[in-house]
Amino acid sequence: MAQQQPYDGVVVCAPVTVPYTRYSDKTAHWWAGSALKELSRQTGLGPADFDGFCFSSFSAAPDTVVGMVQHLGLSPRWMDHIPTGGASGVMALRRAARGVQAGDVDLVACVAADTNQIDSFRQTLAGFSRCSQDASYPYGFGGPNATFALITDAFMRDYGVTRDDFAKLCVAQRSNALSNPHALMKKPLTHDAYMAARPIADPVHLFDCVMPCAGAEAFVVTTPEKAQELGLSTARLSATIERHNAFAEDPVQTRGGWARDIDALWSAAGCTPQDVDMVQLYDDYPVIVAMQLADLGLCDKAELSQFIAAHDFTITGSMPLNTNGGQLSAGQAGAAGGFQNVTEGLRQVLHCPLGDQVPDAKRALISGFGLVNYDRGVCTGAAILEQDVLR
Amino acid sequence: MTNPLTPPKRKDPLLRTHVGHVSPNLRSRAATAMAARAGQGRFVLQVCHDCRRATYPPRDRCPVCWGELDWQDQPRGAVIEAETTVRSSVDLFFRDHLPWRIGSARLDAGPMAIVHLHGDVKQGDRVRMELKLDRGGNPALFALPEKETSHMADDPQLRLFTADPKVRRILVTDGREATGQAVASALLDAGATTVFLGNADPLMRYPGQDRIEAIDGIEPVALNLTDTGSIEKLAAQLGGRVDIVVNTARFTRSGGVGFGGKLSDLQSSLDLEVTGLMRLAQAFAPALSARSDDGVNAAAAFVDVASIHGLTGNAGFAGSSAAAAARLALVASLRGEMAQTGIRVMSVLTGPVDDRWHQSVPPPKVTPTQIARAVVTALQSGQETICADDVAQDVMARWQADPALTIREENK
Repeated sequence: MAQQQPYDGVVVCAPVTVPYTRYSDKTAHWWAGSALKELSRQTGLGPADFDGFCFSSFSAAPDTVVGMVQHLGLSPRWMDHIPTGGASGVMALRRAARGVQAGDVDLVACVAADTNQIDSFRQTLAGFSRCSQDASYPYGFGGPNATFALITDAFMRDYGVTRDDFAKLCVAQRSNALSNPHALMKKPLTHDAYMAARPIADPVHLFDCVMPCAGAEAFVVTTPEKAQELGLSTARLSATIERHNAFAEDPVQTRGGWARDIDALWSAAGCTPQDVDMVQLYDDYPVIVAMQLADLGLCDKAELSQFIAAHDFTITGSMPLNTNGGQLSAGQAGAAGGFQNVTEGLRQVLHCPLGDQVPDAKRALISGFGLVNYDRGVCTGAAILEQDVLR
Repeated sequence: MTNPLTPPKRKDPLLRTHVGHVSPNLRSRAATAMAARAGQGRFVLQVCHDCRRATYPPRDRCPVCWGELDWQDQPRGAVIEAETTVRSSVDLFFRDHLPWRIGSARLDAGPMAIVHLHGDVKQGDRVRMELKLDRGGNPALFALPEKETSHMADDPQLRLFTADPKVRRILVTDGREATGQAVASALLDAGATTVFLGNADPLMRYPGQDRIEAIDGIEPVALNLTDTGSIEKLAAQLGGRVDIVVNTARFTRSGGVGFGGKLSDLQSSLDLEVTGLMRLAQAFAPALSARSDDGVNAAAAFVDVASIHGLTGNAGFAGSSAAAAARLALVASLRGEMAQTGIRVMSVLTGPVDDRWHQSVPPPKVTPTQIARAVVTALQSGQETICADDVAQDVMARWQADPALTIREENK
């Protein structure tokens, strides 16, 4: 595999989070428009100014990016629709960055938006994918909870990870969420409360599950010159990876596509896992966070339990994890859940967090994980963002 | 070990009956093809023409080499690699049946599959897989203990994939014939609580009457399928107390189309077998549907016993075969309707019956006992189509392989 070309001449800026709500009577179009409005407020730009638009959503049907472009009055010369949910943030970043670098586009608004109307969660699941409609949801219809329960069951047995380990991750993320005014979960979570929560699909319990909600996330990818002209703080993209349907032969998913390409990520970034100031890891379930700690090269899978015990994952800890609370504490706004690792990582390195700042943060590891097409998450990605210029 | 079923207490007539939902029913065409084979009791997966690898979930091309896929019978063994107990669901059907156990099974055929688990199966076990139909007529992989365990069929999760006669109350439409009597006895032997046994002409005695009506659990009822009033009256009396309907009524007479067939025989046969089937369905389908999830003796199935020659026609029995053909068409449509409400519609297909109307047909001929056994097997397994005897199996196999040829052969 060829070495990845550096992302020269590309910067990432203007992180936007439209505050989430548990239920919304609005549409994905409204939420996408809200994100653009906030981008406009931060950048002073309007519909005519963005020449690139990248969109991700589960609830915009029947529209794709095409419908969204006309709905929101854009006239881009570059657009992309990313249907990969939890992996869409990293993928949007990669695609937009190369578009800008190649000169196909100057200024890309990357937007993920989903609504959550009463019953839309059930409807989204019922028609989610062909394999899930044929072969997973008719089996008890536990939704992703049941699929990840099977994954968690196998993972705990294979690697000796315990609910106490998951508790530590979830409790730390809740503690991080308490400083984020937008997080849907506002009450502290104790280890005991985590352990005593009701079972949802054994061994998954209540606080292992995200809360579906409505929301939108957005960021801008552009050239350093354009960002300077707009007066925006910027981050550089050091390296990225992406992989889909990796390890299809594994009977139950105990590793993700990151494991296949992780050496390429650190090598292209020119740094090591010890050099990042925080990790913003996709967290639909704590087992996936634990899986990534190993697959992204932060520790060995056999030593996960000891690694989790040895670290403090709060904002001021030894390894700040999901500093906005992650989806587990901030809420999962559909595809926007796949963008929030990017926007939160970006905020931390640009020193404009929603809640507390990771002290002296310069470099963030970001990951994406998406699309439980059948029995496992198919899409994975990761990126390293570094502080460039603070304005 | 499964707790044995006990007959439910008498139902409080004032309580609102539990509404029966069907499990999620959106499926691809490939999954529907799997259902069609599941309905015949087969355990199939798609296999690639080129690389011979089996694949699952149902696909339209091989994921290994992009070759064409075919449905083929597969070994039924598997190992459960992971398991969970689902305790929360947004689906109306599963919400009513929580907790629900599923697992990740490594099939001996190769692929992994998410499967339903029998109560006696746990992570790490070797299991025997069955391809069932769920209440909506969709394919469902179910993991059973490798060896029979006690009261295995009483597992509450398994019972939702069958129409087991145990503790159920069953209407058998024609007690005047040997077939109806054999079916009634076999259902009681299989654990049915009551068999309501139809008699089209209560003023006339029939052979075997004293013996069959003396059996504990048999309740004779007046039922004439050619008389709408008679059916409606019975449905009004029994509607909410019948869990399974088995229609064994037949009117078989020999004769061709241009030669030797009597119009009056054809009319009688169409009235009893075709219009009669529709009368029966119109009277009982709504009541069955309303009780499709009403506890251990929920309404479960509508079974129709018909001639295999409905598929092909048959020289010498043209009119009777035409009636059987119409019957199969009605049953196919009824199956689609009842799949919306969680009631299974089953066809028991027979060759020529060893009775006074088939005296000139050489053996093998199907006996009433064989038909009865097929009815019980279909109900216990949840199978949609079952051939009761060798002739029916032979015609079915030839018809599946080459329908046009079989039609010619059966009408020579």
